[in-house]
Amino acid sequence: MKKFKKILSAVLAATMVMASLSACGNANETETASEATSTGAEATEATQAPASDVKIGFIFLHDENSTYDLNFINGATQACEAAGVEYMFKTNIPEGQECYEAACELADAGCDIVFADSFGHEDYMIEAAKEYPEVQFCHATGTKAHTEGLSNYHNAFATIYEGRYLAGIAAGMKLNEMIANGDITEDQAKIGYVGAYTYAEVISGYTSFFLGARSVCPSATMEVTFTGSWYDETAEKEGANKLIEDGCVLLSQHADSMGAPTACEKAGVPDVSYNGSTAAACPNTFIVSSRIDWAPYFAYIIDAVANKTEIATDWVGTLETGSVVLTDLGNAAAEGTAEALAEAEKAMNAGTLHVFDTTTFTVNGEALTSYVADVDTDPEYTADTEVITDGYFAESGSEFRSAPYFDLQIDGISLLDTAY
Amino acid sequence: MAQIVKEPRFHIVKRADISSKKAWTIRIIAILAALALCALITMVCTGDNPISIFTTIFKGAFGTQRKSWITLQYVAILLIISLALTPAFKMQFWNVGGEGQVLIGGLAAAACMITLSDKLPNAVVIILMIVSSILAGAIWGVIPAFFKAMWNTNETLSTLMMNYIATQLVAYFTIVWEVPKGSGKIGIINQNSNIGWLPNVGNKYLLSIIVAVLVTIGMYIYLKFTKHGYEIEVVGESQNTARYVGISVGKVVIRTMFLSGAICGLAGLLLVGGINHTITTTISDGQGFTGVMVSWLAKFNPVAMIFTSLLIIFMDRGASEISTVFELNQSFADILTGIILFFIIGCEFFIRYKILVRKDLGKENA
Repeated sequence: MKKFKKILSAVLAATMVMASLSACGNANETETASEATSTGAEATEATQAPASDVKIGFIFLHDENSTYDLNFINGATQACEAAGVEYMFKTNIPEGQECYEAACELADAGCDIVFADSFGHEDYMIEAAKEYPEVQFCHATGTKAHTEGLSNYHNAFATIYEGRYLAGIAAGMKLNEMIANGDITEDQAKIGYVGAYTYAEVISGYTSFFLGARSVCPSATMEVTFTGSWYDETAEKEGANKLIEDGCVLLSQHADSMGAPTACEKAGVPDVSYNGSTAAACPNTFIVSSRIDWAPYFAYIIDAVANKTEIATDWVGTLETGSVVLTDLGNAAAEGTAEALAEAEKAMNAGTLHVFDTTTFTVNGEALTSYVADVDTDPEYTADTEVITDGYFAESGSEFRSAPYFDLQIDGISLLDTAY
Repeated sequence: MAQIVKEPRFHIVKRADISSKKAWTIRIIAILAALALCALITMVCTGDNPISIFTTIFKGAFGTQRKSWITLQYVAILLIISLALTPAFKMQFWNVGGEGQVLIGGLAAAACMITLSDKLPNAVVIILMIVSSILAGAIWGVIPAFFKAMWNTNETLSTLMMNYIATQLVAYFTIVWEVPKGSGKIGIINQNSNIGWLPNVGNKYLLSIIVAVLVTIGMYIYLKFTKHGYEIEVVGESQNTARYVGISVGKVVIRTMFLSGAICGLAGLLLVGGINHTITTTISDGQGFTGVMVSWLAKFNPVAMIFTSLLIIFMDRGASEISTVFELNQSFADILTGIILFFIIGCEFFIRYKILVRKDLGKENA
């Protein structure tokens, strides 16, 4: 159906193009044409002068219109141009056999590394990795590298929960400001969160965000709703509106569209976004955004292949590697936020502050002393690994796996719907 | 005042008959015109010369051995779905439910792969997959046919609505079977044991192609040389005539939709068991609708459908290659595919009608 609509709109677009062509073209069109030409020229330049003979192929779920993929595309371009290596992009590759075909085509085209950016690409990357043992296959957000036993298949992620925690501090500061101004009472400090799925990555994200907020605003509570999609603008907007109607005074999200931020801007509710700044579209409500910068990882794998060193099975980027970053603060950020963030970041880097410190949260009224998480992926969701060490939940431990596995429901957060 | 009746400069006349040679000339001209326009637009956007654009289109479909195989495999699946829809169309039953019939067939196959993998031997699982997916597709086709036969409901609506039911069922079971928990995707089923994976014949692409060839031959014979095929044609021409000669229209409708749905279910089986080894709501990728076009363009002729499906896949893959090579995004490929389809469908107008330009009599303008 989607394809059908696509084709229909394409036909319409075609007639429009023809109409404008017959009208001798307009200024707008020439402009886009020259723009396209110049980017084309840049690309050929990049492929003409490789500094090393490493070639890297990228597979993206969508194209630059998705904030999630744009974040990867920017990182890839930046890292490849800095290293002076040849690269190929394949955009709009669905999470199916197409991913396997794309990976094989890239390997056939002489790529030494093939990278895929979407969680659902993993199984197909593994299939391709089995077929091309001499090519390195790297996959972001995946969970299976440490159990597959393939020497040329690698997972990567970053301690984004630290970024979320910092963003949570910014949110908590904002709540405190609202309380101090008398806009809300302490009991009304309720945060809303639009999540995609009840998946560990999302749970880890909103829990760390909440813990960050509560570390500065102790009366904070949170409500979470799920959309059942990583990208569904309407559902995200509706979810945000529902939370606002429910009395949430500050929102954040883990889903890839502009649905929640724009809903917040319209309602005048401060928002902490994800994957990149939304300050341009939401000047009055944008506080801050955390994101993973993938350029350090790309630089690392290019370097590893060029120097023939091993790529880590599970690579975890951190604040220190420059993989976890916060955007500039928006107009809605409270006073003193920058100082508070700097302080917390220093404590994290020093190892004195752990996001999932078991003294800061309870599960069903009890402090956590032991938890066995489902680190090794299997259809029965078997819990297999003890992850509480030294009084904190060891999220994304590189000795376990890079992708998050925090899936506890802590007190203070209520889930509105868990259908997905 | 004397009223002057002016004859328009040109008018449109329905063609009584057209030789197939002439019809194909028109089609080829349309394709060439479409390619020329695509080249022009790509030139404007990229500044590259048209020859390299056409080479890229060709390379996208047949550039490497792997690409050729993938293209043929795509053609095979689209062809099977188009063939499935054809008998229904021939009897003027507008089955736009191919999408749902493919999905439900795929869902049945996936269900066998997931739930039976540790209970039964591989061969038995595969046999059950074949039976259940074909049956599931058939049932999905028969439901609207039954309502049509009993109460003359509108089949376009009911088959279309059955698509949504199938999509939602797949969405529901995706959550039931998701791995890991909460992720909303199933991933490759039995990736290490390969239970329920249809066997490779020669290479991993060939199985679908062989099935497509068999279905094409079978459908050609069925429509052209069997009593059933003849009955379908009579019902399609006129239901009253069919009744008059003693054909039970309801029976033919239900039987034909059983077949139509069953072959769609077979396509679903190949997609899940043979190609993707997973199930998602988008696994049939709109081919239930594209198949309508393939079938129509070929005038319901199974052999001609080989070419129409090849044409559509060829253009689609070529357009997608252009967008990759020239670093334009996927929307550009969609624009090119749109242009091509616009011309191909548009040219049917010139096959059915001709434009008569008024012969200048000389006196009028003098």
